[in-house]
Amino acid sequence: MDYHSPASFAEASALAANATGITRFLAGGTDVLVQLRSELVTPDTLIDIKKINGVHDITRNADGSWTLGVATTGAEMSEHPDLGKDWPGVVEAMDLIGSTQVQGRATLTGNLCNGSPAADSVPAMVAAGVTVTVTGPDGTREIAVEDIPTGPGKISLAKGEVVSAVNIPARGENAGDAYLRFIPRTEMDIAVVGVGVSLRLDGDTITEARVSLGAIAPTVLLVEDCAKALVGSKLDDAALDALAAAASAACNPIDDKRGTIAFRTEVAGVLAKRAAKIAYARAKGENA
Amino acid sequence: MSKLHVSTTVNGDAVEYLCDPRETLLDCLRDKLNLTGAKEGCGTGDCGACSVTVDGRLVCSCLMLGVEAEGKQIETVEGIAEGDVLHPLQKKMIEYAALQCGICTPGILVAAKSLLEKNPNPTEEETRYWLAGNLCRCTGYDKIIRAVMDTAAEMREAS
Repeated sequence: MDYHSPASFAEASALAANATGITRFLAGGTDVLVQLRSELVTPDTLIDIKKINGVHDITRNADGSWTLGVATTGAEMSEHPDLGKDWPGVVEAMDLIGSTQVQGRATLTGNLCNGSPAADSVPAMVAAGVTVTVTGPDGTREIAVEDIPTGPGKISLAKGEVVSAVNIPARGENAGDAYLRFIPRTEMDIAVVGVGVSLRLDGDTITEARVSLGAIAPTVLLVEDCAKALVGSKLDDAALDALAAAASAACNPIDDKRGTIAFRTEVAGVLAKRAAKIAYARAKGENA
Repeated sequence: MSKLHVSTTVNGDAVEYLCDPRETLLDCLRDKLNLTGAKEGCGTGDCGACSVTVDGRLVCSCLMLGVEAEGKQIETVEGIAEGDVLHPLQKKMIEYAALQCGICTPGILVAAKSLLEKNPNPTEEETRYWLAGNLCRCTGYDKIIRAVMDTAAEMREAS
Protein backbone atom coordinates (compact mmCIF):
# COMPACT_ATOMS: atom_id res chain seq x y z
CA MET A 1 0.00 0.00 0.00
CA ASP A 2 1.40 3.38 -1.04
CA TYR A 3 0.66 6.23 1.30
CA HIS A 4 0.46 9.77 -0.05
CA SER A 5 -0.28 13.04 1.72
CA PRO A 6 -0.69 15.61 -1.04
CA ALA A 7 -0.72 19.36 -0.39
CA SER A 8 -3.68 20.17 -2.66
CA PHE A 9 -6.88 18.58 -3.95
CA ALA A 10 -5.59 18.92 -7.53
CA GLU A 11 -2.60 16.83 -6.52
CA ALA A 12 -4.84 14.35 -4.69
CA SER A 13 -7.02 14.04 -7.77
CA ALA A 14 -4.01 13.51 -10.04
CA LEU A 15 -2.64 10.82 -7.71
CA ALA A 16 -5.98 9.01 -7.78
CA ALA A 17 -6.40 9.42 -11.53
CA ASN A 18 -3.01 7.88 -12.20
CA ALA A 19 -3.23 5.11 -9.59
CA THR A 20 -3.82 1.49 -10.46
CA GLY A 21 -5.75 -0.99 -8.35
CA ILE A 22 -7.80 0.10 -5.36
CA THR A 23 -7.58 3.72 -4.24
CA ARG A 24 -8.97 5.13 -1.01
CA PHE A 25 -8.95 8.65 0.34
CA LEU A 26 -8.17 8.94 4.04
CA ALA A 27 -9.88 11.59 6.15
CA GLY A 28 -10.90 10.36 9.63
CA GLY A 29 -10.23 6.75 8.70
CA THR A 30 -12.99 5.35 10.93
CA ASP A 31 -14.27 3.24 8.05
CA VAL A 32 -11.11 2.93 5.91
CA LEU A 33 -9.03 1.49 8.77
CA VAL A 34 -11.77 -0.94 9.82
CA GLN A 35 -12.01 -2.22 6.24
CA LEU A 36 -8.21 -2.41 6.01
CA ARG A 37 -7.93 -4.42 9.18
CA SER A 38 -10.76 -6.80 8.35
CA GLU A 39 -9.24 -7.24 4.88
CA LEU A 40 -12.50 -6.18 3.25
CA VAL A 41 -10.67 -3.46 1.33
CA THR A 42 -6.88 -3.29 1.12
CA PRO A 43 -6.08 -0.19 -0.89
CA ASP A 44 -3.08 -0.17 -3.21
CA THR A 45 -3.03 3.61 -2.94
CA LEU A 46 -4.06 5.52 0.17
CA ILE A 47 -4.33 9.29 -0.20
CA ASP A 48 -4.43 11.18 3.10
CA ILE A 49 -6.10 14.54 2.46
CA LYS A 50 -5.47 15.96 5.95
CA LYS A 51 -2.28 17.81 5.01
CA ILE A 52 -4.24 20.02 2.59
CA ASN A 53 -4.77 23.55 3.89
CA GLY A 54 -8.20 24.31 5.27
CA VAL A 55 -9.55 20.78 5.60
CA HIS A 56 -10.46 21.36 9.26
CA ASP A 57 -12.01 24.80 8.73
CA ILE A 58 -15.64 25.61 9.48
CA THR A 59 -16.42 28.86 7.64
CA ARG A 60 -19.58 30.93 7.67
CA ASN A 61 -19.74 32.74 4.33
CA ALA A 62 -21.03 36.27 3.80
CA ASP A 63 -24.39 34.99 2.51
CA GLY A 64 -24.92 32.89 5.66
CA SER A 65 -24.00 29.59 4.03
CA TRP A 66 -21.35 27.35 5.53
CA THR A 67 -18.28 25.69 4.03
CA LEU A 68 -16.79 22.79 5.95
CA GLY A 69 -13.39 21.33 5.25
CA VAL A 70 -13.60 17.66 4.40
CA ALA A 71 -11.60 16.52 7.45
CA THR A 72 -13.76 18.50 9.91
CA THR A 73 -14.61 16.03 12.65
CA GLY A 74 -17.90 15.45 14.42
CA ALA A 75 -16.33 16.79 17.62
CA GLU A 76 -15.30 20.00 15.85
CA MET A 77 -18.83 20.44 14.50
CA SER A 78 -20.43 19.87 17.92
CA GLU A 79 -18.01 22.27 19.60
CA HIS A 80 -18.57 25.06 17.06
CA PRO A 81 -20.48 27.90 18.75
CA ASP A 82 -22.77 28.76 15.81
CA LEU A 83 -23.03 25.88 13.34
CA GLY A 84 -25.43 23.94 15.57
CA LYS A 85 -27.64 27.01 16.02
CA ASP A 86 -28.19 27.19 12.26
CA TRP A 87 -28.26 23.47 11.54
CA PRO A 88 -28.99 21.52 14.74
CA GLY A 89 -30.22 18.52 12.75
CA VAL A 90 -27.00 18.17 10.77
CA VAL A 91 -24.87 18.53 13.89
CA GLU A 92 -26.96 16.10 15.98
CA ALA A 93 -26.92 13.52 13.18
CA MET A 94 -23.12 13.65 12.95
CA ASP A 95 -22.85 13.57 16.74
CA LEU A 96 -24.83 10.31 16.91
CA ILE A 97 -22.09 8.43 15.08
CA GLY A 98 -19.92 6.22 17.26
CA SER A 99 -18.13 7.04 20.48
CA THR A 100 -16.28 10.11 21.74
CA GLN A 101 -13.16 8.56 20.22
CA VAL A 102 -14.82 8.12 16.83
CA GLN A 103 -16.15 11.68 17.00
CA GLY A 104 -12.55 12.86 17.30
CA ARG A 105 -11.82 11.53 13.81
CA ALA A 106 -15.01 10.85 11.84
CA THR A 107 -16.16 13.28 9.14
CA LEU A 108 -19.30 14.11 7.16
CA THR A 109 -17.43 13.41 3.94
CA GLY A 110 -16.27 10.01 5.10
CA ASN A 111 -19.75 9.10 6.27
CA LEU A 112 -21.08 10.08 2.84
CA CYS A 113 -18.38 8.43 0.75
CA ASN A 114 -18.47 5.19 2.73
CA GLY A 115 -21.80 4.74 0.95
CA SER A 116 -23.72 3.14 3.79
CA PRO A 117 -27.51 3.47 3.46
CA ALA A 118 -27.57 3.70 7.28
CA ALA A 119 -25.09 6.61 7.52
CA ASP A 120 -26.56 8.94 10.14
CA SER A 121 -25.29 12.24 8.79
CA VAL A 122 -26.46 11.64 5.23
CA PRO A 123 -30.27 11.98 5.65
CA ALA A 124 -29.64 15.13 7.70
CA MET A 125 -27.41 16.55 4.95
CA VAL A 126 -29.93 15.62 2.25
CA ALA A 127 -32.77 17.27 4.18
CA ALA A 128 -30.60 20.36 4.67
CA GLY A 129 -29.85 20.58 0.95
CA VAL A 130 -26.11 20.11 1.46
CA THR A 131 -23.86 19.83 -1.60
CA VAL A 132 -20.27 18.73 -1.92
CA THR A 133 -17.59 20.24 -4.12
CA VAL A 134 -15.76 17.55 -6.04
CA THR A 135 -12.31 18.06 -7.52
CA GLY A 136 -11.44 15.89 -10.49
CA PRO A 137 -9.08 15.78 -13.44
CA ASP A 138 -11.31 18.26 -15.31
CA GLY A 139 -11.69 20.76 -12.49
CA THR A 140 -14.36 21.09 -9.82
CA ARG A 141 -18.11 20.51 -9.82
CA GLU A 142 -20.80 20.73 -7.18
CA ILE A 143 -23.00 17.72 -6.50
CA ALA A 144 -26.05 17.37 -4.24
CA VAL A 145 -25.46 14.91 -1.40
CA GLU A 146 -28.43 12.78 -2.51
CA ASP A 147 -26.70 12.20 -5.85
CA ILE A 148 -23.53 10.75 -4.30
CA PRO A 149 -24.62 7.29 -3.03
CA THR A 150 -25.67 4.81 -5.72
CA GLY A 151 -25.96 1.64 -3.63
CA PRO A 152 -24.55 0.05 -0.48
CA GLY A 153 -20.85 0.94 -0.46
CA LYS A 154 -21.08 2.56 -3.89
CA ILE A 155 -20.89 6.24 -4.85
CA SER A 156 -21.17 8.18 -8.08
CA LEU A 157 -17.72 9.78 -8.07
CA ALA A 158 -15.49 8.85 -11.01
CA LYS A 159 -11.88 7.74 -10.83
CA GLY A 160 -9.70 10.69 -9.92
CA GLU A 161 -12.53 12.60 -8.23
CA VAL A 162 -12.28 13.62 -4.58
CA VAL A 163 -14.67 15.57 -2.36
CA SER A 164 -12.92 18.85 -1.59
CA ALA A 165 -15.54 20.78 0.44
CA VAL A 166 -18.93 20.39 2.09
CA ASN A 167 -21.38 23.23 1.39
CA ILE A 168 -24.29 23.81 3.75
CA PRO A 169 -26.83 26.39 2.56
CA ALA A 170 -27.73 29.53 4.46
CA ARG A 171 -30.32 28.62 7.06
CA GLY A 172 -32.41 31.76 6.60
CA GLU A 173 -35.35 32.84 8.74
CA ASN A 174 -38.16 30.79 10.27
CA ALA A 175 -36.57 27.47 9.50
CA GLY A 176 -35.37 24.42 11.38
CA ASP A 177 -34.06 20.92 10.88
CA ALA A 178 -33.90 17.71 12.88
CA TYR A 179 -32.59 14.17 12.63
CA LEU A 180 -33.82 11.11 14.50
CA ARG A 181 -32.79 7.50 14.23
CA PHE A 182 -33.99 4.28 15.78
CA ILE A 183 -31.47 1.98 17.41
CA PRO A 184 -32.25 -0.77 19.93
CA ARG A 185 -30.07 0.84 22.59
CA THR A 186 -29.06 4.35 23.63
CA GLU A 187 -25.61 4.78 22.08
CA MET A 188 -22.95 3.21 19.86
CA ASP A 189 -25.16 1.56 17.26
CA ILE A 190 -26.08 1.75 13.58
CA ALA A 191 -29.39 3.23 12.46
CA VAL A 192 -32.25 0.80 11.84
CA VAL A 193 -34.14 3.78 10.43
CA GLY A 194 -32.98 7.40 10.19
CA VAL A 195 -35.05 10.44 9.26
CA GLY A 196 -33.91 13.98 8.47
CA VAL A 197 -36.39 16.84 8.14
CA SER A 198 -35.83 20.48 7.24
CA LEU A 199 -38.69 23.00 7.18
CA ARG A 200 -39.36 26.66 6.58
CA LEU A 201 -42.45 28.45 7.89
CA ASP A 202 -44.49 31.51 7.06
CA GLY A 203 -46.28 32.14 10.34
CA ASP A 204 -47.53 28.67 11.31
CA THR A 205 -47.67 27.35 7.75
CA ILE A 206 -44.92 25.22 6.25
CA THR A 207 -43.71 26.75 2.98
CA GLU A 208 -40.69 24.57 2.25
CA ALA A 209 -39.82 21.04 3.34
CA ARG A 210 -37.21 18.41 2.62
CA VAL A 211 -37.49 14.94 4.15
CA SER A 212 -34.86 12.24 3.82
CA LEU A 213 -34.92 8.63 4.97
CA GLY A 214 -31.95 6.41 5.79
CA ALA A 215 -31.50 2.64 6.26
CA ILE A 216 -34.77 1.82 4.47
CA ALA A 217 -33.49 1.43 0.90
CA PRO A 218 -30.18 0.72 -0.91
CA THR A 219 -29.38 4.43 -0.65
CA VAL A 220 -30.49 7.31 1.51
CA LEU A 221 -33.61 8.77 -0.11
CA LEU A 222 -34.96 12.29 -0.60
CA VAL A 223 -38.72 11.71 -0.45
CA GLU A 224 -40.70 14.29 -2.40
CA ASP A 225 -44.06 12.88 -1.28
CA CYS A 226 -43.12 13.51 2.35
CA ALA A 227 -42.36 17.13 1.52
CA LYS A 228 -45.67 17.47 -0.33
CA ALA A 229 -47.52 16.13 2.72
CA LEU A 230 -46.04 18.94 4.81
CA VAL A 231 -46.00 22.00 2.54
CA GLY A 232 -49.06 24.19 3.00
CA SER A 233 -49.95 22.58 6.33
CA LYS A 234 -49.60 23.75 9.91
CA LEU A 235 -48.31 20.33 10.88
CA ASP A 236 -51.78 19.25 11.99
CA ASP A 237 -52.63 15.60 12.56
CA ALA A 238 -53.79 15.11 8.96
CA ALA A 239 -50.47 16.40 7.63
CA LEU A 240 -48.51 14.25 10.08
CA ASP A 241 -50.49 11.16 9.08
CA ALA A 242 -49.92 11.94 5.40
CA LEU A 243 -46.21 12.40 6.13
CA ALA A 244 -46.01 9.06 7.92
CA ALA A 245 -47.87 7.30 5.10
CA ALA A 246 -45.56 8.83 2.49
CA ALA A 247 -42.48 7.87 4.49
CA SER A 248 -43.62 4.27 4.91
CA ALA A 249 -44.59 4.10 1.22
CA ALA A 250 -41.08 5.17 0.21
CA CYS A 251 -39.44 2.34 2.15
CA ASN A 252 -37.73 -0.48 0.30
CA PRO A 253 -35.75 -2.00 3.17
CA ILE A 254 -34.03 -5.28 3.84
CA ASP A 255 -34.68 -7.77 6.62
CA ASP A 256 -31.59 -8.13 8.75
CA LYS A 257 -30.52 -8.74 12.33
CA ARG A 258 -31.18 -5.11 13.23
CA GLY A 259 -34.72 -4.82 11.90
CA THR A 260 -37.36 -6.47 9.75
CA ILE A 261 -38.92 -4.96 6.64
CA ALA A 262 -42.22 -4.50 8.47
CA PHE A 263 -40.54 -2.85 11.45
CA ARG A 264 -38.44 -0.45 9.39
CA THR A 265 -41.44 0.54 7.27
CA GLU A 266 -43.56 1.29 10.32
CA VAL A 267 -40.81 3.10 12.22
CA ALA A 268 -39.96 5.31 9.23
CA GLY A 269 -43.42 6.85 9.51
CA VAL A 270 -43.24 7.23 13.28
CA LEU A 271 -39.81 8.88 13.20
CA ALA A 272 -40.78 11.15 10.30
CA LYS A 273 -43.62 12.56 12.43
CA ARG A 274 -41.41 13.06 15.45
CA ALA A 275 -38.58 14.64 13.47
CA ALA A 276 -41.03 16.96 11.70
CA LYS A 277 -42.39 18.12 15.08
CA ILE A 278 -38.89 18.91 16.30
CA ALA A 279 -37.96 20.74 13.09
CA TYR A 280 -41.23 22.69 13.27
CA ALA A 281 -40.60 23.72 16.87
CA ARG A 282 -37.07 24.80 15.96
CA ALA A 283 -38.37 26.80 13.00
CA LYS A 284 -40.64 28.63 15.44
CA GLY A 285 -37.62 29.42 17.60
CA GLU A 286 -38.59 27.00 20.37
CA ASN A 287 -36.04 24.78 22.04
CA ALA A 288 -36.47 21.24 20.85
CA MET B 1 7.92 -1.76 0.15
CA SER B 2 9.93 0.89 1.90
CA LYS B 3 9.05 1.99 5.36
CA LEU B 4 8.16 5.55 6.20
CA HIS B 5 9.99 7.67 8.75
CA VAL B 6 7.80 9.32 11.37
CA SER B 7 8.82 11.98 13.89
CA THR B 8 6.31 12.62 16.63
CA THR B 9 5.98 13.49 20.31
CA VAL B 10 4.74 10.96 22.83
CA ASN B 11 4.09 12.08 26.42
CA GLY B 12 6.31 15.10 25.80
CA ASP B 13 9.24 13.11 24.44
CA ALA B 14 10.38 13.48 20.84
CA VAL B 15 10.40 10.02 19.26
CA GLU B 16 10.84 8.60 15.80
CA TYR B 17 10.14 5.29 14.16
CA LEU B 18 10.00 3.58 10.80
CA CYS B 19 6.67 2.04 9.89
CA ASP B 20 4.81 0.31 7.14
CA PRO B 21 1.92 2.56 6.03
CA ARG B 22 -0.56 -0.16 7.00
CA GLU B 23 0.55 -0.17 10.62
CA THR B 24 -1.73 1.62 13.03
CA LEU B 25 -0.64 4.13 15.64
CA LEU B 26 -1.46 1.42 18.19
CA ASP B 27 0.94 -1.00 16.47
CA CYS B 28 3.63 1.67 16.47
CA LEU B 29 3.15 2.62 20.12
CA ARG B 30 3.25 -0.99 21.28
CA ASP B 31 5.73 -2.63 18.92
CA LYS B 32 8.16 0.18 18.09
CA LEU B 33 8.05 2.42 21.16
CA ASN B 34 7.36 -0.36 23.70
CA LEU B 35 4.47 1.62 25.15
CA THR B 36 2.16 -1.29 25.83
CA GLY B 37 -0.35 0.56 28.00
CA ALA B 38 -2.75 1.05 25.10
CA LYS B 39 -4.36 -2.32 24.43
CA GLU B 40 -5.83 -3.85 21.33
CA GLY B 41 -9.30 -5.09 22.24
CA CYS B 42 -11.21 -5.07 18.97
CA GLY B 43 -8.98 -3.29 16.46
CA THR B 44 -12.05 -1.67 14.92
CA GLY B 45 -12.72 1.36 17.13
CA ASP B 46 -15.51 -0.22 19.15
CA CYS B 47 -13.92 -0.95 22.53
CA GLY B 48 -11.72 2.03 23.36
CA ALA B 49 -8.95 -0.01 25.02
CA CYS B 50 -6.44 1.68 22.69
CA SER B 51 -7.56 5.24 23.57
CA VAL B 52 -4.90 7.95 23.36
CA THR B 53 -5.08 11.68 22.72
CA VAL B 54 -3.66 13.25 19.57
CA ASP B 55 -3.18 17.02 19.77
CA GLY B 56 -5.50 16.90 22.77
CA ARG B 57 -8.25 15.00 20.97
CA LEU B 58 -9.37 11.60 22.27
CA VAL B 59 -9.11 8.94 19.56
CA CYS B 60 -8.76 5.20 19.14
CA SER B 61 -5.13 4.55 18.21
CA CYS B 62 -6.27 1.47 16.25
CA LEU B 63 -8.23 3.77 13.92
CA MET B 64 -5.25 5.94 13.04
CA LEU B 65 -2.21 5.02 11.01
CA GLY B 66 1.26 5.34 12.46
CA VAL B 67 2.24 7.61 9.58
CA GLU B 68 -0.52 10.05 10.53
CA ALA B 69 1.26 10.75 13.82
CA GLU B 70 3.93 12.82 12.06
CA GLY B 71 4.32 16.12 13.90
CA LYS B 72 1.53 15.37 16.38
CA GLN B 73 1.45 15.45 20.17
CA ILE B 74 0.43 12.01 21.44
CA GLU B 75 -0.51 11.34 25.05
CA THR B 76 -0.87 7.78 26.33
CA VAL B 77 -1.67 6.19 29.68
CA GLU B 78 2.07 6.03 30.41
CA GLY B 79 2.10 9.82 30.64
CA ILE B 80 -0.68 10.16 33.19
CA ALA B 81 1.28 9.56 36.43
CA GLU B 82 4.02 12.01 37.43
CA GLY B 83 6.87 9.60 38.06
CA ASP B 84 5.80 7.50 41.06
CA VAL B 85 2.92 9.81 41.92
CA LEU B 86 -0.35 8.51 40.56
CA HIS B 87 -2.89 10.82 38.96
CA PRO B 88 -6.04 11.29 41.09
CA LEU B 89 -7.98 9.20 38.57
CA GLN B 90 -5.56 6.32 39.00
CA LYS B 91 -5.83 6.52 42.79
CA LYS B 92 -9.62 6.55 42.67
CA MET B 93 -9.75 3.63 40.23
CA ILE B 94 -7.80 1.62 42.80
CA GLU B 95 -9.76 2.94 45.77
CA TYR B 96 -13.08 2.04 44.13
CA ALA B 97 -11.76 -1.28 42.80
CA ALA B 98 -12.98 -0.03 39.43
CA LEU B 99 -11.19 -2.75 37.52
CA GLN B 100 -10.92 -6.49 37.45
CA CYS B 101 -8.93 -7.83 34.53
CA GLY B 102 -7.59 -4.36 33.75
CA ILE B 103 -7.51 -4.55 29.96
CA CYS B 104 -9.91 -1.63 29.56
CA THR B 105 -8.35 0.45 32.35
CA PRO B 106 -5.65 2.31 30.39
CA GLY B 107 -8.22 3.42 27.81
CA ILE B 108 -10.68 4.42 30.53
CA LEU B 109 -8.00 6.48 32.28
CA VAL B 110 -7.05 8.31 29.09
CA ALA B 111 -10.69 8.90 28.16
CA ALA B 112 -11.71 10.01 31.67
CA LYS B 113 -8.74 12.37 31.95
CA SER B 114 -9.74 13.87 28.61
CA LEU B 115 -13.31 14.35 29.89
CA LEU B 116 -12.21 16.09 33.09
CA GLU B 117 -9.89 18.42 31.18
CA LYS B 118 -12.79 19.44 28.97
CA ASN B 119 -15.47 19.41 31.65
CA PRO B 120 -14.32 19.45 35.29
CA ASN B 121 -17.89 19.05 36.53
CA PRO B 122 -19.60 16.43 34.38
CA THR B 123 -22.95 14.95 35.28
CA GLU B 124 -23.18 11.19 35.63
CA GLU B 125 -25.05 11.07 32.33
CA GLU B 126 -22.35 13.11 30.56
CA THR B 127 -19.71 10.83 32.04
CA ARG B 128 -21.53 7.70 30.89
CA TYR B 129 -21.98 9.05 27.34
CA TRP B 130 -18.36 10.22 27.17
CA LEU B 131 -17.15 6.76 28.20
CA ALA B 132 -19.68 4.87 26.04
CA GLY B 133 -16.86 3.96 23.67
CA ASN B 134 -14.82 2.32 26.44
CA LEU B 135 -16.11 -1.18 26.93
CA CYS B 136 -15.54 -3.10 30.16
CA ARG B 137 -16.71 -6.69 30.36
CA CYS B 138 -15.88 -7.16 34.06
CA THR B 139 -17.13 -4.38 36.27
CA GLY B 140 -20.56 -3.44 34.99
CA TYR B 141 -19.26 0.17 34.79
CA ASP B 142 -20.76 1.41 38.04
CA LYS B 143 -17.52 1.52 39.99
CA ILE B 144 -15.76 3.15 37.06
CA ILE B 145 -18.37 5.90 36.83
CA ARG B 146 -18.29 6.45 40.59
CA ALA B 147 -14.49 6.64 40.55
CA VAL B 148 -14.56 9.25 37.79
CA MET B 149 -17.30 11.30 39.47
CA ASP B 150 -15.45 11.24 42.79
CA THR B 151 -12.17 12.19 41.12
CA ALA B 152 -13.90 15.13 39.44
CA ALA B 153 -15.27 16.30 42.81
CA GLU B 154 -11.87 15.94 44.48
CA MET B 155 -10.04 17.76 41.69
CA ARG B 156 -12.57 20.61 41.80
CA GLU B 157 -11.99 21.00 45.54
CA ALA B 158 -8.24 20.92 45.08
CA SER B 159 -8.23 23.58 42.37
